[in-house]
Amino acid sequence: MLNKEDIKFEKITAKNLPKETLISPGHRACQGCGEILAMGMVMKAAGPNTIVANATGCMEIVTSPYPETAWRVPWLHVAFENAGAVASGIEAAVQVLHRKNKLKEKPNIIAFAGDGATADIGLQSLSGALERGHDFLYVCLDNEAYMNTGIQRSSSTPYGAMTTTSPPGIKSKGQYTWKKNVAMIAAAHNIPYVATASPAYYLDLMNKVRKALAVDGPAYIQIYSPCPTGWRSKPEQSITLAKLAVQTGAFPLYEVENGRFKITQKTKELKPIKEYLQLQRRFRHLADDDIAYIQERVQDEFERLKALAGLDA
Amino acid sequence: MGKRIGTEVSLAVAEAVKMAKVDVVSAYPITPQTHIVEELSQIVADGHLDAAFIPVESEHSAMSAAVGAAATGARVYTATSSQGLALMHEILFIASSLRLPMVMTVANRALSGPISIWNDHADIMAERDIGWVQLFVENGQEALDLTIAAFKIAEDKRVLLPVCVNMDGFILTHMIEPVELPDQELVDKFLPAFEPALKLDPQNPVTMGPVGVPEIYTEAKKQWEQALIHSKPVVEEVLNEWADIFGRKYNLIEKNGPEQAETVFVTMGSLGETLMSAVEELNEQGENVGQVRIRLWRPFPKEEFKQAIQGVKKLIVIDRALSPGAVNGPVASEIKTLLYELDDKPEVVNIIAGLGGRDVTRSDFKAMLEKAQKGELKDDYTIWGVRSHAK
Repeated sequence: MLNKEDIKFEKITAKNLPKETLISPGHRACQGCGEILAMGMVMKAAGPNTIVANATGCMEIVTSPYPETAWRVPWLHVAFENAGAVASGIEAAVQVLHRKNKLKEKPNIIAFAGDGATADIGLQSLSGALERGHDFLYVCLDNEAYMNTGIQRSSSTPYGAMTTTSPPGIKSKGQYTWKKNVAMIAAAHNIPYVATASPAYYLDLMNKVRKALAVDGPAYIQIYSPCPTGWRSKPEQSITLAKLAVQTGAFPLYEVENGRFKITQKTKELKPIKEYLQLQRRFRHLADDDIAYIQERVQDEFERLKALAGLDA
Repeated sequence: MGKRIGTEVSLAVAEAVKMAKVDVVSAYPITPQTHIVEELSQIVADGHLDAAFIPVESEHSAMSAAVGAAATGARVYTATSSQGLALMHEILFIASSLRLPMVMTVANRALSGPISIWNDHADIMAERDIGWVQLFVENGQEALDLTIAAFKIAEDKRVLLPVCVNMDGFILTHMIEPVELPDQELVDKFLPAFEPALKLDPQNPVTMGPVGVPEIYTEAKKQWEQALIHSKPVVEEVLNEWADIFGRKYNLIEKNGPEQAETVFVTMGSLGETLMSAVEELNEQGENVGQVRIRLWRPFPKEEFKQAIQGVKKLIVIDRALSPGAVNGPVASEIKTLLYELDDKPEVVNIIAGLGGRDVTRSDFKAMLEKAQKGELKDDYTIWGVRSHAK
C-alpha cells in the first residue's frame, strides 16, 4: 500500500537556491536546449551526493566527449535502452554495500533518458525497474523526437508534428499518432511519486525533484524540454514555448503523490493551442481544421486530468 | 580438506557463488541455466548469502544491472544461456570495455531456430569477440572450482575484465556428480573482498562510458585488446594458486594420451570426458591417438596449444557450433590460423558434432578416427551424423 501522508522534503525557494553547478559550463548542448537546462536544475535540486546513470542520447553526447566531461558527480553511460536497468544495478549495489558497512552514506540515484529511450526502446527496462521498487528517480527529458540522430519521430512526438520520419505530404499530416503518455504509464505502476515538470517553472521542477528523491522507492518525472533544432523554433523562445506548452495544455503540469493526482499549474483556463503551435515550424503545415482537431483533444485530455485530480467532482 | 558431496552441478555452481560472497546477483531464468539462479535466490532468501538478488525482466537488463552494480563497487554474478546470451549481446562488449570485473556462467545451449533447449556452443561462439576472459569446463568439480577462481581472475588489477565460465547445458548443468566443496576459510584466503580500482563514488566523481571520439577510439580498443591478451599469465597464476591451496591443477590446455600421438582430437567442454574413455580404448587397440582440450578459449593460449600439438601428424578438431558460410567451424578456423605460420604443420580435419543436444559417443569418436585415417573427411568441415541421403 502506498503511504497516504504528504511527502516530507526540504523545499527550495528563490532565496535558498543551491549554489553548486553539478553540470559544468562548456558542455556542447545547442543554444536554447531545454534538456540541458532541465538537467542542470534537476542536479541542483539533487546535490552532489548523487550517482547518475545516463541513457545514450543528446545529453550523454554533449556532456561526455572524452577526454572532457561536464559531470561533477559520478556518472555512468551504458547504452540507449537500459538506464532503468543500470540504475537498478547501482541501487542494488548501494543498498547491499551500505548494509555491509562498505558505504557510509547512501547517495541519490538518478537515471536520465530522452523520450525515445523512455517511451520506445527503454520502456521495458523502465517498467521493470519501477515494478521491482528500486529507490531511484527516473527523469525523462522529453523533447518529443529522436533529436540526437537528427529529428526522427518517437512515440512521444505529438500529433501533427513534422519530423524526418513523420514528414507531412499529400497523404500525411506529419505524426499520425498522439503522444504516448509515459507519466500515466509510470503512475500505473503504483510507485510513490510521478510528476511532469517544465524548466519554465524552475522552482516547481526542483521541488518535484526533491519530493521524488525524498520518497522510499521509485519516482518518475517527465520534463518537457524544448528543442530549437528539432522543433525549428528560435533558441531565445525556448522558455516562452515551455510556458506556453503548460498554459495551453499541450504539456500540463501535475504530480501523482502516493496515488493522488494534483494539478500543479496555476493556469486552470487554457490558452488557445494555436499560440503554442505557431512558434514552431514543425507544425506550420497544419491547417486551421487540424489545429481545431488538436485543440479539441488537448481540452479533452485536460478535463480528464482535472477529473483525476478531483476538480470536477 | 573440503567436504565431498553428491550434488547437481548447477547447485555446485550456486554454492561456489555463495562461497565467493558476491554482493549482487542479477539474473533472468532460462533453460538450462535455471537451477543455478533458483538455488541462488533460495540461498539469499534463507540468509546464507548477504547479497541483493535482482530478478530482472530480461537478460538485457540482467547484464545492464550487473554493469551498474559492478561500477558501483559490488562483486557481481549472473548466469545465462542461448537466446539469453544473445539478448545480452550489446551490453557484453560494454561490460568489458568499461573494464568491470564480474563472473557469468553460460550454460551452453543451441540458438534458435528451430528452438532447441539442448547443448551446443552456438551461443558463446556468436559472442567470441566480446572481450571477456572465456573458460570452458569439463565436469562438476571444475565448474565449481573455476567459478570461484574466475572472480579472482576478473578482479585482479592487471586484468579488470569480466569472466565467462562456459559449461555444457544439461550434460553438465543437470548432472549429479560427486564434488569436493572447498573450506570457506580457504576460499576467503584465496579470494579476499573485492577492492574496485574505480567506482561510482560521490566523494571522488568519475565519468564512466563517455563518448569515444575518432581521435581516441582506436587507442581505447587497443587497450581493451591488450588487457585481454595480458590476462593470460594472470589466469595461469590464479590457477596455480588454486592448485597450491586446493590441490587441483588446471592448465590452459590439457593434454591426454601418448606423448608422441600421431593423431590428436581437439575438443572444448564436456566432450573431453567422453573422448578420454574413447582415447583410452583406442590406445588399447593399438591406435596412436591422443587428445587436447582447450580450457581457456579467450585469450587463446597460442604458445601452449602449439606446444601441446608438437610432432602431431593429424588434428581432428571437433566444433560444437556451425559457422554457416565460413571455411571451418569456429574452433578449427582459430587453430588453422594459428598453425599457418608453422613449417611442420599437421593436417587438420574439422568435424561439427553434437549440435542441439545430439549425443557424441565413444563409438562416434572411433568412427571419426577411422574416416579421418581413410581420408574420407572433407577439406573444410563435415557435419557429423546427419541422418539424410544427401552428402
